[in-house]
Amino acid sequence: MVYLTRIEHFNAAHKLYNKSWSKEQNETVFGKCANENWHGHNYELYVTIKGTPSSETGFVFDVKQLSVLINSIIIEKLDHRNLNMDVDFMKGKMCSTENLAIGVWNELEQNLPSGVFLHCVKLYETPRIYVEYFGENRGRQ
Amino acid sequence: MSKVAVFRREHFNAAHRLFNPAWDNARNDEVFGKCNNPNYHGHNYELEVKLVGEPDPETGYVFDLKQLSELVSEHIIEQFDHKNLNLDTQHFINLNPTAENIVVVIYEILRKKIDSRFDLKIRLYETERNFVEYPA
Repeated sequence: MVYLTRIEHFNAAHKLYNKSWSKEQNETVFGKCANENWHGHNYELYVTIKGTPSSETGFVFDVKQLSVLINSIIIEKLDHRNLNMDVDFMKGKMCSTENLAIGVWNELEQNLPSGVFLHCVKLYETPRIYVEYFGENRGRQ
Repeated sequence: MSKVAVFRREHFNAAHRLFNPAWDNARNDEVFGKCNNPNYHGHNYELEVKLVGEPDPETGYVFDLKQLSELVSEHIIEQFDHKNLNLDTQHFINLNPTAENIVVVIYEILRKKIDSRFDLKIRLYETERNFVEYPA
């Protein structure tokens, strides 16, 4: 088994704000991330797939195709967008990096060709803050 | 005494939008592309402040970098971090918050706070690959 990672990036606005809470409670929990007028980040997205290299190509999966896929399914929807307002798969969800990584995983998993298995979605919100999501089936495989 | 350059790096995360209110939507889209998204987008801005001066004979410092950090935090980071540059700061009410305009605004603010015997230069990274410097 070989793990293959493609790195992409997108720049987006968001805020952390729970509409069912008061403004004060949002500010207590989310601090300056609750700014009603948004703030933003340069996100770095690491998508890792796994598989056995093909005997014909030597590839787990053509990494150029993987890049095209990530761009068409994910980056097009997220880059230079407002994550709370503009992204269909984040509607009704809290726009944390954790939830965004899960959302990216779910979108990708539905669209990967058969035989290509997602291993990890790693998402950097800043150079010092990142999350990793391995899907819900990890450990049961 | 030889002059030495000292640097302090800080960062802030902010939302913005590039558009010219004097233009219609089509023209803004044509010039600013996806940066014109009316719902804003955002960046992790990295800021480098460069001071040039002679090391003080008593301390060996050109400028106490802890003090420089506090100066930048108080006058720049406090008003830009986790803010919408278009909506939350007074600087960009009538000025497009491009990296070029932001770096000039930052320079003008800090220049007033730092003794004129030090040369000051600001470099601002909007992304890892896009950055600007002032004075040029």
